[in-house]
Amino acid sequence: MHELSLMTNLLDDAVSAANGGPVCALRVRVGPLSGVVVEALRFAFEALAPGTAAEGARLDIEETAPSFHCPRCGADYSTPVGSYECPSCGSPGGELRGGHELELISIEVPDHV
Amino acid sequence: MCETCGCGDPHNHPHEHGHDHGHAHGHPPPVRTLDVRKSALELNQRLADQNRGWFRAKGLKVFNLLSSPGSGKTTLLERTLRDVPCAAAIVGDLQTENDAVRLRASGAQAIQITTGATCHLDAHMVAHALEKLEASGLDKLFIENVGNLVCPASYDLGEDRRVVLLSVTEGEDKPLKYPVIFLHADLVLVTKCDLAAAVGFDREKALAAIRQTAPKAQILEVSAKTGAGLDAWYAWLAG
Ligand SMILES: Nc1nc2c(ncn2[C@@H]2O[C@H](COP(=O)(O)OP(=O)(O)OP(=O)(O)O)[C@@H](O)[C@H]2O)c(=O)[nH]1
Ligand SMILES: [Mg+2]
Ligand SMILES: [Zn+2]
Ligand SMILES: [Zn+2]
Repeated sequence: MHELSLMTNLLDDAVSAANGGPVCALRVRVGPLSGVVVEALRFAFEALAPGTAAEGARLDIEETAPSFHCPRCGADYSTPVGSYECPSCGSPGGELRGGHELELISIEVPDHV
Repeated sequence: MCETCGCGDPHNHPHEHGHDHGHAHGHPPPVRTLDVRKSALELNQRLADQNRGWFRAKGLKVFNLLSSPGSGKTTLLERTLRDVPCAAAIVGDLQTENDAVRLRASGAQAIQITTGATCHLDAHMVAHALEKLEASGLDKLFIENVGNLVCPASYDLGEDRRVVLLSVTEGEDKPLKYPVIFLHADLVLVTKCDLAAAVGFDREKALAAIRQTAPKAQILEVSAKTGAGLDAWYAWLAG
């Protein structure tokens, strides 16, 4: 559900970064801990892009994995969602460093306009 | 005009396909990449930080309560507001003032947010609810989120603590199915413990699932109906 409102924000940011010109592509980074479903995000994009400067644009989604820093042994590690134990020392879960992002990384705009 | 082949319209070439001039057909025009790096939640984050500043200024400690629909958020708050002085609540639902009406019966202030179609509270809605809150004399504010184990997880409201409720009737593996909301929990409350025997609740299995998905969280077991475990909940609130 809330993918629609989040995609609205991403599209607004893309359109304003393009400064009045067309947007050819959006690169969006989505972490599995962001709480959004990638398919729903794509669906929202298809529904919202028509009529904006990003109509017909490509949506590139970069998916990340949860990453942690272990305060006990200092390890930096990645885990699947739902089990966050440090693989080096067995500590039950470190400081979250990545995997919760939902951001517009960049856009592509035509070069010859 | 297309720089590679010189045709006037890149989408309407006057020549046959299959020709060879160094690019594919329906060719995209040359593009350049602009860095943006902006979170979809940036505005929410800004408003949440504003709320947090407001809470600090008023001396309020704020708790965001999250769970699936019907896990017992309102029932717990009805009792908590009766037992804990200087507390108020903001409650979110898609429709109806029912929960705020129930909570006001405790004598405390309760402000309803009806979100319409929105499946979570966001910092902006909370900011507007705060306009209606008489904060003097308060030191605790509970925000009962919309019953939903998915979407509310993404939205910081400016709270100090996140409390996730899991009732014994909804299945021991709920945390494994909805891990994101549990990861950010400061406290997980296992609710409706009076029903545990009736539904064959597997306590060890549930606690293991919570520990696995909510490694930072403290866990307390309560029944808002019998009052079991509520002293520990009140002590946690005061801590
Ligand atoms: N037996 C028992 N029933 C409970 C307990 N807490 C809540 N209930 C019942 O569970 C049902 C749902 O409780 P609510 O407090 O309305 O749940 P909620 O989480 O606020 O629900 P939403 O706001 O709709 O998401 C009601 O019928 C309550 O009476 C409890 O500790 N024991
Ligand atoms: Mg309720
Ligand atoms: Zn939603
Ligand atoms: Zn470690």
